[in-house]
Amino acid sequence: MITVETYQTHVETSGIDKRFKYEISRFPGGEKLLDCFQCGTCTSDCPIARFSDTYRPRQIIRMAQLGLRERVLSSETIWLCASCFTCSDHCPRGVEVADVMRVLRNLTTQQGHIPRIFRELGSSILESGYAYRIPKRRIDRREALGLPLLPKCNPESLAKSLRNVRFRQFLSEKGR
Amino acid sequence: MAEKDKYLIFLGCLIPYRVAAYEISTRRILQKLDVELVEMPEFNCCGLPMDPVDHKMMLIMAARNLAVAEQQCSDILTLCSGCSGTLRKVNKAVKENKKLWRSINTNLNKAGLKVEGSIEVKHLVQVLIEDLGLERIKDSIVNPLTTLKVAEHSGCHILRPKESAGFDDPEDPKMLKSLIEITGAKCLDYMNESECCGAPSSGINDKIALQLTKDKLNHIKSVGAQALITICPFCHMMYDTNQGRIEKMFRENYGIPILHYPQLLGLAMGFSPVDLAFGDLRVDASNIYACTSELR
Repeated sequence: MITVETYQTHVETSGIDKRFKYEISRFPGGEKLLDCFQCGTCTSDCPIARFSDTYRPRQIIRMAQLGLRERVLSSETIWLCASCFTCSDHCPRGVEVADVMRVLRNLTTQQGHIPRIFRELGSSILESGYAYRIPKRRIDRREALGLPLLPKCNPESLAKSLRNVRFRQFLSEKGR
Repeated sequence: MAEKDKYLIFLGCLIPYRVAAYEISTRRILQKLDVELVEMPEFNCCGLPMDPVDHKMMLIMAARNLAVAEQQCSDILTLCSGCSGTLRKVNKAVKENKKLWRSINTNLNKAGLKVEGSIEVKHLVQVLIEDLGLERIKDSIVNPLTTLKVAEHSGCHILRPKESAGFDDPEDPKMLKSLIEITGAKCLDYMNESECCGAPSSGINDKIALQLTKDKLNHIKSVGAQALITICPFCHMMYDTNQGRIEKMFRENYGIPILHYPQLLGLAMGFSPVDLAFGDLRVDASNIYACTSELR
C-alpha cells in the first residue's frame, strides 16, 4: 500500500517553513539534523521500516530539512518508531535519528495531537505514579507470596515537580 | 559512597503489573549471592513512556527517582532494560551537563528535591558481572545445565544508544551470553540477535510490533534453541505473553519457552521451578526443568 502522504509528488512553496529545521535543531537530540546527507543507512537498518509500508526515517529527516512542517507533524508514521536506536548508532554523520523522531513527536503533542495510549499512560502516572493501574489482585498476590510492599508514589509531590511540564498541563486540562 | 552489595531495587511499572516471576526469581538468586535489596522509599515511573510526548517530563520523572536514591546513599539496581536505559541516560546527563542539571533541579526544588549525580544505576546483568563477578556466581552453581541449548535477547535500551548504555557491544552482545554459559547451558548465536523485540510499537501498531517479534522467533527457532533468555519485562511480554497470539495471527507454531535470566540461573543454583515462579510463564517450560532435574 502506497499512501499519498509519503509519495506526494509536488510541494507547494507556501507550505514551506524555512525555520523548521532550526526549530528542531534547538531541541536536545535534534542538533545534528542539518548534517544528514541522505545516505539511507537509517532506513535500511530500521526493523520497523522492514515491516511498514510508510515509515522511512531518511524521508522524514529530508522533509524536516526542507521545512515541510505540517506534512511531517501531521504524519502518523513518526509514531511508528520503536526507539531501538539502531539508526542513531549507525548514522555515519552522527545524526540522532531516533531523537529527531522524539523531537517531532513532542512538537506534535504541543499541537494537541496525541495517540490515545500516551493519554492513558500519562493519567495513570499522574494518579498513581505507575504507568499501569496495578489491580488489587496483584497487590494481594504479592502479600500472599511474601513479597515486600510496592513502593508508594507521592502524587502531590510529583505534580509539584511537573508544574512547568506542558504535557501535564495538557492532561489535567483536556485529557480526562 | 554507596555500600557494596546493597542496592535499591527499582521494579518499574510492568513487573508489578504482570511480570512477577522476574522479580521473584531475581530476589531468590540475589539472596543466595548475599546481595541485600532495599525497597525504594518513594517511587514514580522512570519516565520513558512519556518521552515521546514530553521529553522534559521524562527528565524530571527519572531525576526524581535518582534524587530519592541519593537520599539513601544507595546505587539503583534495575530489572527492566527501559528503566535502566532511561535512569542511566539521565544520571549521566546530570553528572556531565551542568546546564541541564540546573534546569532539572529548578523543577525538582518545587517538590523539595535535589539531584547531585552521586550514585550509579546498574541493570541486574551489570551488577552480576561487574560488581559480583562471574567467579562468585560460578561458586553458587550446584546443578550445571549442561544439556540445555538456549538463545539470548538482551533488549535495545540496555545496548543502545551505545554512548549512554555503554557497557556491552550492541553489534555483538556478550554480557548475557557469558552469564548464560556460566550456568552450563550453551548459548546459540542467531540472525539479527540484537534487534528490537517490537514492544515499544505495540499500542501504536500492534501488527508491526508482533511482526518484529515473529521475525525474531523464526530466527531463534531455526537455530534449534530450546528456550530464549530475556532480561527485560517488555521483551519477555512480547515473546512469552504474545507468543500464542503470534502463532494464531501468522499460522506458525513455536512453543519456545521464554525464561527470565534469574530463572535459568536459579535452576542451576538448585532452586525448584516453584520457587522461581515457572508457573507464571505463558509458554509451558516444563521441558526445560524436566531435563535439568534428571541431572540431580
